[in-house]
Amino acid sequence: MDYGYHAWMLVSASLVLMMTVPALALFYGGMSRSKSVLNMMMMSFSAMGVVAIIYVLWGWSMSYGTFDPAQDIAMLINNPFENFGLDGISGQGYIFVGFQLTFAVITAALISGAVADRMKFSAWLLFVPLWVTLSYFPLAHMVWGGGFLSGVSNSLADLIFSGDGGAEVAPIDYAGGTVVHINAGIAGLLLAILLGKRLGFGKEPIKPHNLPLTMIGAGLLWFGWFGFNVGSIVFTGETDEANAEQFLSETSLVWLNTTVAAAAAILGWLLIEKIRDGKATSLGAASGVVAGLVAITPACGALSPVGSIILGLVAGATCALAVGLKYRFGYDDSLDVVGVHLVGGLVGTVGIGFLATSGGLFYGDGVKQLVVQVAVALFAMLWSAAATLIVAFGVKAVIGLRVDEDVEVDGIDFAEHGESGYDLGAAGSSRRSVLGGATASEKVKEGATA
Amino acid sequence: MKLVTAVIKPHKWEDVREALETFGVAGMTVSEVSGYGRQKGHTEVYRGAEYDIALVPKIRIEIVIDDADVDDVVGIVVKTAQTGRIGDGKVWVSPVETVVRVRTGDKDEAAL
Repeated sequence: MDYGYHAWMLVSASLVLMMTVPALALFYGGMSRSKSVLNMMMMSFSAMGVVAIIYVLWGWSMSYGTFDPAQDIAMLINNPFENFGLDGISGQGYIFVGFQLTFAVITAALISGAVADRMKFSAWLLFVPLWVTLSYFPLAHMVWGGGFLSGVSNSLADLIFSGDGGAEVAPIDYAGGTVVHINAGIAGLLLAILLGKRLGFGKEPIKPHNLPLTMIGAGLLWFGWFGFNVGSIVFTGETDEANAEQFLSETSLVWLNTTVAAAAAILGWLLIEKIRDGKATSLGAASGVVAGLVAITPACGALSPVGSIILGLVAGATCALAVGLKYRFGYDDSLDVVGVHLVGGLVGTVGIGFLATSGGLFYGDGVKQLVVQVAVALFAMLWSAAATLIVAFGVKAVIGLRVDEDVEVDGIDFAEHGESGYDLGAAGSSRRSVLGGATASEKVKEGATA
Repeated sequence: MKLVTAVIKPHKWEDVREALETFGVAGMTVSEVSGYGRQKGHTEVYRGAEYDIALVPKIRIEIVIDDADVDDVVGIVVKTAQTGRIGDGKVWVSPVETVVRVRTGDKDEAAL
């Protein structure tokens, strides 16, 4: 049992890592324009680089540490210095650090979809570590580290419906509806508003440049999500036998729920498209996959497979409608982080209150779970909004958020990274030179005489 | 000598090439182009947002030929590329002053 579980966690962490690099980079990259595809993919790759490092330094300590209540600060964070650099964490525990690290990475990377084509790369590199420190690590501690959004005594749920030594009804967030998706969705919304619209938003066609990349990305995200959800099991048994039994039944349930919710969301999204636009699109199918996976993320351990199908259908249809909100309200959430992750995260988090086989309204267990789920979602949104605004205004004051107008017109790839994503012309478009000014042919000549 | 330029639907290009080759046209220049005429563009929908796509992909064929062959070549292109629906394209003919073969320096009719 221990070995099997440990091996599965090694696989799970690796699967979640794949969700950011390359799955999310491909999913977003294909949806962006050809002149900014590299910048879009670089935001995922660089989130990997930055967040992985700081997670080891203070991320784990700030989120969980050794789950010691003495290190808890106001039920909001754990002491960031107690286990700084994983001091005091055993080698066996490293896989849990690794697994949680990959969650922090993808949450930050998800935000990048809202800021396509126009955010300074330096501003992104500064925003990401500050944002995960102020928004992600505290929310992870609050929800999963025994903090304010868990079910312990004096938590939010306990303040609403007080129970014996803790909340009567504990909030349910199996794998990150609040911590990951609502959190990233709020950050994307506010950052998109602060950055302003892309030039030509709502007027020029700003359409995806490579939908096959997006389809590949969506497929890889789905595959990686099995690590995300199925790896999120927390053991509750008193004995090894009880835990082994829980491992077998719970991982099976979560795998199946994850799959059928995504499948149903494809259909939900395509149905709305067919009715509204007349065509079922490939981008709609790819988006439906992600919307369903987002919604089932918090709910995958609490629903029956049929309940998961219902949740997936609702999520696919709701998100397909929600991606139109940005045109109505005039914020340029470029690749729909709000429409898919915020709305999908809310559908899942609140949907638990209706569909949870134990505690759900539809199962005759009253409204308490629903009330707790809504309260937790609202608190997470407020926390995320406050943290995002503090970080974004700070970065804006120090180095500015947005690239110059001519950079945006010419394409951010060349200005920020000195590259272009595609070079397909038969004649070629460049002359080779090396640093120092010598051309390639001169370089070859020098080599020959030497 | 005349330059025949034809802008046609991409999926018709292979048929046109085959017909011209059978007639005896020795070579041509082909490019992938985009544009619009009476067909205008089309609409595409991405996540509920509808876009008018103004430009439609087309194939442009350029052939330099003897004056005597002009009517036949134009006729072949029109007959082969026609589907009868809007957007089939256009063919036009313009005079050519001089042609030189780069490899040999041959001029005009000898260079065709």
